[in-house]
Amino acid sequence: MTPVSRSSHRRAGFDTVFHGLLWICALLVLALLGGLILLMATGGWQAFTTFGLAFFTSASWNPVKDVYGILAPLLGTAVSTAIAMLIAVPMAFGTAFWLVYIASARFASIVGTTIQLLAAVPSIIFGMWGFQTIVPFIARYIQPFLNHHLRHVPMVGPLFTGPPVGTGLVTSGIVLAVMIAPFITAVMVDVFGAVPPMLRESAFGLGATRWEMMHKIVVPWSRNGMIGAIVLGMGRALGETMAVTFIIGNVTTVGWSLFAPRSTVASLIALQFPESPAGSLRLSSLMALGFILMLLSCVSLVLARCLRGKRQ
Amino acid sequence: MTEPVTSPTSSHEVGKADSTPDLWRPGRKAMRRQMLDYVATVASVAAGSILLLVLVSILWTLLSRGLVGISWATLTRTMGPPGSGGGLANAIIGSLLQTGLALLMAAPVGLMCGIYLSEYGRNGNHFASVVRFVADMLMSAPSILIGLFIYQLLVVPFGHFSGFSGAVALAVLALPLIVRTTEDMLRLVPTAMREAGAALGAARWRVIIFLCLRSARKGVMTGILLALARMGGETAPLLFTSLGNQTMSMDMTRPMASLPIAIYQYAGASYEDWVQLAWTGALLVTFGVLLINITVRLSSRH
Repeated sequence: MTPVSRSSHRRAGFDTVFHGLLWICALLVLALLGGLILLMATGGWQAFTTFGLAFFTSASWNPVKDVYGILAPLLGTAVSTAIAMLIAVPMAFGTAFWLVYIASARFASIVGTTIQLLAAVPSIIFGMWGFQTIVPFIARYIQPFLNHHLRHVPMVGPLFTGPPVGTGLVTSGIVLAVMIAPFITAVMVDVFGAVPPMLRESAFGLGATRWEMMHKIVVPWSRNGMIGAIVLGMGRALGETMAVTFIIGNVTTVGWSLFAPRSTVASLIALQFPESPAGSLRLSSLMALGFILMLLSCVSLVLARCLRGKRQ
Repeated sequence: MTEPVTSPTSSHEVGKADSTPDLWRPGRKAMRRQMLDYVATVASVAAGSILLLVLVSILWTLLSRGLVGISWATLTRTMGPPGSGGGLANAIIGSLLQTGLALLMAAPVGLMCGIYLSEYGRNGNHFASVVRFVADMLMSAPSILIGLFIYQLLVVPFGHFSGFSGAVALAVLALPLIVRTTEDMLRLVPTAMREAGAALGAARWRVIIFLCLRSARKGVMTGILLALARMGGETAPLLFTSLGNQTMSMDMTRPMASLPIAIYQYAGASYEDWVQLAWTGALLVTFGVLLINITVRLSSRH
């Protein structure tokens, strides 16, 4: 064997080893998600089998009697996320419209970067900020006002009443909205930027105003991408923990008022965990909650991916 | 961008609205269209301004509440009972140790996985597309679940909380971020570069590491730094893994303090000096995280 062929043999051997090493790392990523879902499912198994369907429909979370139902945190998560989306989507849409079509390129790049910094702020800081600024504002101005004016309105009244403490679903919704708006904005900027310039120019050529171009050309063209962005933001709002823990009030009850303290899936896990010894039914219930949260997050990602993939 | 000219309205409409037809004056419908455009513009600028205002408000709150607490004592003394003049030294060191160890674990694995996806996992490789999807899923998984996962995996079997499990939780958090940026950055390397390397007789691993990775190193570093920034502020996963510690401890097998956990514990306290420490810690964490982000974004713009 000549030295050349020996070295090329060794080289091929090393290439195989290198490829194998990379493959193992890729496998590790798969194993992590698999392990995550598996451990949540096995950890929550005890709660699922003990309570059955009542686990989802019962609103009483009672550590004293060791009986757990998760209706209250599920509703809390659903409502606070819905409020957050109602605020965040128009805000993100407007910001993206501003950055892509209204502002000059230079100005847009500065503002865009600054808004992305907002996405980098740790979530616990949002919690402290919300507790410091939004909670007193709601308690002092918004709640007394709504209490006074809407108390006797049928149907709507119960939604806005309650003691003016400031913490609760609406407060969480507001803080969640400003947390996820930068994410939605970033994706929407990409989506809007991908609209073929010829379409927009044609609209202007026909005499459309900028807004008409936006809502008759850009929005229909990028509808799927926008919905994908919104669902992605929703996934983030669903699992947000630390910020919500500060401002939701953490009471596991079910009721009509949007201003009353409630709890969400993630905040309940964070708060109840320290008091739940390993192996207890309580911890198992928290794991089951975690499993449900994981499912919700996975479903929202798959949904977002399908909607975004359609256009491209 | 020039304002699109609203066309002279049709003579039919003008004739209806005005007795003396002036073709170049916008009619009622055109006025309405322009008004609507104006309102939409103002509303969207307002929406963006609200987001900017929130950032300013957060920074202002942090500065006004936290700046007074920054002193040599805060940075050098360990946490202590209320009124004893404690500081944040153990939390700062704990944070540095845990994020450092997490980065040591996540960066090599993330790099290699990213290389795999970009160099071996292009079109038609189903395994790679599954890994890519799973990495995205892991990236969007709520961080609290990663904490629960590592709690089940590393805390329950060993019977106690530890700084090491905290570092692992942070590493799991950072891994998908590093994987995806590494892949994206390597994909930007032109194929001609790989072909040139192969034509000179270099082995594939040599081409990948010394040509592709080298030319993409700036982008890859960006990804790693952003992952570092994300880890620095994470609280939820540490809550279940490293738990927090009131004393100075550098033992990775024992519960360990960290800044976010210290903030969480002290922010709701009813002692003045603890709350002050929480705000000071929040100021430190936020400016550290934002500083990394700003540096990365400024340097990647050139």
